[in-house]
Amino acid sequence: MSDLLDTLPYARFLGLKTARDGDVLTVTMPFADHLIGNPLLPALHGGSTAAMLELTAIAQVALIWPRLRLPRPITVTTAYLRSGRPQDVHARARISRAGRRVAHVLAEAWQDDPAQPIASVTAHFSLDCS
Amino acid sequence: MSDPFLTEILPQLASGAAHTHALGFKYEGVEGDRVRLRTPWRPDLVGDPETEVFAGGLVTAMLDHVGGLAVWVALGGFRPIATLDLRVDYMRAARPCVDLLAEARCYRLTRTIGFVRAWAFEDDPKDPVAAAQSTYVINSDGGRGIGANLKSERAA
Repeated sequence: MSDLLDTLPYARFLGLKTARDGDVLTVTMPFADHLIGNPLLPALHGGSTAAMLELTAIAQVALIWPRLRLPRPITVTTAYLRSGRPQDVHARARISRAGRRVAHVLAEAWQDDPAQPIASVTAHFSLDCS
Repeated sequence: MSDPFLTEILPQLASGAAHTHALGFKYEGVEGDRVRLRTPWRPDLVGDPETEVFAGGLVTAMLDHVGGLAVWVALGGFRPIATLDLRVDYMRAARPCVDLLAEARCYRLTRTIGFVRAWAFEDDPKDPVAAAQSTYVINSDGGRGIGANLKSERAA
């Protein structure tokens, strides 16, 4: 299942790579020009960072609770903490709670230092087939 | 009616950056305080290949970006801005193989913050795929100002 993101078109568009250590996934978005949103700074587009965090959360939930359907976002809140510099981004997600139908996930993205996140996501995902 | 900001600069801001260009964003115009973007459907922007529906991340990127455009519309010109916080509610699955539109309005502007509501839909804004509530920092220094990159003294 750590290869899940290789099969999702949008994750491939972002160039995401997944590493698995036990039950924990670390997703990396290698720097690429097409991720830039602000050419003046330059800085990554908030949309690329947010999408990467959302996909990291989906992959982490799908790894722990494999279902026929992928977890679907219900609500996703992204806090932009620092400007994303033109370099690789890493992300990890932690499942706070998973019930029968809904899972809550926290995810953080960083560049050089995990203690200096560039963005964080808090999200609820739907796990059933509604 | 022919404000060069609306006719020339805003379309550039809508799709001129590398990421927005790669996603294929198209500027659809301004009506009052509302601004609209379109993303033509493409198979490489799909989330789950079994559904052929746009990825949640694409919807998020659109809502983030159209919200920024709405702040510029409210400001009446370009100033550096940065998204501070973005909440997206996904109300229903998007329809497969169909273009997605996103519309936003900046309903409150302070000296430092733009408050925005945005929504994504296929053809009817009253039947949204997703809706967003977001805030943007105006005159952002790109997170490079005082204290933006503080390390704790112990970590130094």
